[in-house]
Amino acid sequence: MNGVKLSGAEILLKSIEAEGVDTIFGYPGGMALPIYDALYDSGIRHILGRHEQGVAHAADGYARATGRPGVCLATSGPGATNLVTGLTNAFMDSVPIVAITGQVTRSSLGRDSFQEADITGITMPITKHNFLVKDPSELARTVKEAFYIATTGRPGPVLIDVPSDISLSQIDYKPPYEINLPGYKPAPDTDPRQIMEAAEAIACARRPLIYAGGGVVISGAHNELLKLAEMLAAPVTCTLMGLGGFPGNHPLFLGMLGMHGTKYANFAVSECDLLIAVGARFDNRVTGKLETFAPKAKKIHIDIDPAEIGKNVKVDIPIEGDVKIVLEQLLAVLRPNLEEAWREKINAWKREYPLKYCKGGNIKPQYVIQEIYNLTGGNARITTEVGQHQMWAAQYYSFTKPRSFITSGGLGTMGFGLPAAIGVQVACPDEIVFDIAGDGSIQMNIQELCTAVNYDLPINVAILNNGYLGLVRQWQEMFYNRRYSQSELFNPDFVKLADAYGAVGIRVTRKEEVAPALQRAIQLKKPVMLDIVIDREDNVLPIVPPDGSLDKMLG
Amino acid sequence: MKHTLSVLVENNPGVLARVAGLFSRRGFNIDSLAVGMTDNSSVSRMTIVVEGDERYLEQLNKQLHKLVDVIKISDITRDAYVDRELVLIKVSADAAKRAEIMQLVDIFRARIVDVSPKTLTIEVTGNDGKITAFEDSLRPFGIKELVRTGKIAMLRGKKAGSKNHINKEEDEN
Repeated sequence: MNGVKLSGAEILLKSIEAEGVDTIFGYPGGMALPIYDALYDSGIRHILGRHEQGVAHAADGYARATGRPGVCLATSGPGATNLVTGLTNAFMDSVPIVAITGQVTRSSLGRDSFQEADITGITMPITKHNFLVKDPSELARTVKEAFYIATTGRPGPVLIDVPSDISLSQIDYKPPYEINLPGYKPAPDTDPRQIMEAAEAIACARRPLIYAGGGVVISGAHNELLKLAEMLAAPVTCTLMGLGGFPGNHPLFLGMLGMHGTKYANFAVSECDLLIAVGARFDNRVTGKLETFAPKAKKIHIDIDPAEIGKNVKVDIPIEGDVKIVLEQLLAVLRPNLEEAWREKINAWKREYPLKYCKGGNIKPQYVIQEIYNLTGGNARITTEVGQHQMWAAQYYSFTKPRSFITSGGLGTMGFGLPAAIGVQVACPDEIVFDIAGDGSIQMNIQELCTAVNYDLPINVAILNNGYLGLVRQWQEMFYNRRYSQSELFNPDFVKLADAYGAVGIRVTRKEEVAPALQRAIQLKKPVMLDIVIDREDNVLPIVPPDGSLDKMLG
Repeated sequence: MKHTLSVLVENNPGVLARVAGLFSRRGFNIDSLAVGMTDNSSVSRMTIVVEGDERYLEQLNKQLHKLVDVIKISDITRDAYVDRELVLIKVSADAAKRAEIMQLVDIFRARIVDVSPKTLTIEVTGNDGKITAFEDSLRPFGIKELVRTGKIAMLRGKKAGSKNHINKEEDEN
């Protein structure tokens, strides 16, 4: 290869391809034109979104579905700033994304040039790391480092800002390029003494509880988690991000914990004497009031990010390391500890306080979600927007496989589900993909329906339409004296809208129509938008009021 | 308690913004920060003084470690180290007061670096205690302007990197 001159843009794409990337999500614009010109001759598949936020979420969905990095591409200025929500979303949920942005030429930097935005400055707090390429010779190494940082340790988004004159410059391309990151250590080494200490604590526990988070899914530790739970006959509760990391139909499974967790999961947290946190980060939606969180429990915390340990909750036995490796080591030294009384108590709670909803009247959102589960045999990939529908999906769809539930956890980004579903369907063309949506959220990135139609992606959007920003309305009902300030929605005709985009729109207004409509949507193998008119004022229950104690739930 | 952190960072553009941004968004307060190149031009050393308890410092340390440009962090507070700060003070000094001020300058081994009809500008180096004492004794004359470099520090004897230092290789031993 010595002596071959390539453009910066060609080197950029070659370097991306060398990382095993075959698909990128993007949207062109002025300063990205050299890259798009090189893309014209490249073997990389490009999915053209309709808004850069959608592009970022699609890359996110792709990454969550596969575990491989999602790549998105945008132009400078507004293109780059439109990525910001998507990158923040990926950062909060530890999703590996590499974002490439065009930038004004090096000589125009800092002069408020047309479509200039300081995107490395803007994204500093919401990326794992970012780069502004100042020299064409750094391009290939920067790409290699970006993928390395995004995918190793605790994954996260990395942004590379590429001035257009760098994309245009002609330079020698001499792979391979070596990573030079003296300050980056992806994963801490696990201290074997901590493993032994944890094993000791587990052997002594009479009421152990496993609290599993997204780290289980990211690390691919679902089998190890299952072994751990079964060896100890210990109940398992998952965070929103952890759902799918443990089989939802397993007798030891307690569902989700926290604000909209099951009563039995929250009671178990409050009563356990040993809490084993596995790849979870004690988020405030999980803990409620910190002072009363798991008050009787000794706490083991396993996490790849040392900064998560002791951040919110004081931990007795910290274990730094990759969840899968730590669990393997722990399993090797554990002895079974089957405490009957504890499981009996939990089973009694399960019988006494099951998740329940009123089955009469109009279409119940919970019923729709159960029907989606039944019709797909629980084998669909589910994305969601953010709100009531998301919580109902978490509660009533029994996720059995990792990476089957793709939802915006930490940031709570309305408008995530539809573009994420596009990314998931691109990654998994033969699987059934549902975006469970609300009538509010779906309108935040509705333009991406066009992308789905454009690329024949047979995603199914199930809008649970109650004519409200449901979760806002619920909080106003419960905590703001039913003053429904700005939460009632005027909506478009979603069926006509679907039709206008070239998708299939189906309206469902009666309970008996739900199953046939879902079935039809699945069989059509086309982008479908279902407008399912549900009970207007249904609430997500139970609920721990904000900053309340987990054992004091309403509903 | 005040802690002195000696932080080695890659001398990349934006590294100061990354460190400063981390402090502000995580709610950590910087008492002082001094930064400059080391003998290796690709590496800079930041000396950061922060106040907080053990848990605060632990979280700060861990968050700093997550920055890709941060190579090593040493909390040298409890080790033997020398620290210095340089301060420039412009003080009102008419002819009548000048002699008295110059006496103070002598006592504190400071230096006069600029003279104008109404002011003297004085350079003083030392640790925090000395500088505060000097500042206090000049205050009655009227301090017009004061600028501090922030503290820089170095372990005695050998370079930072021995026991008690939280660095990225620590777990390996």
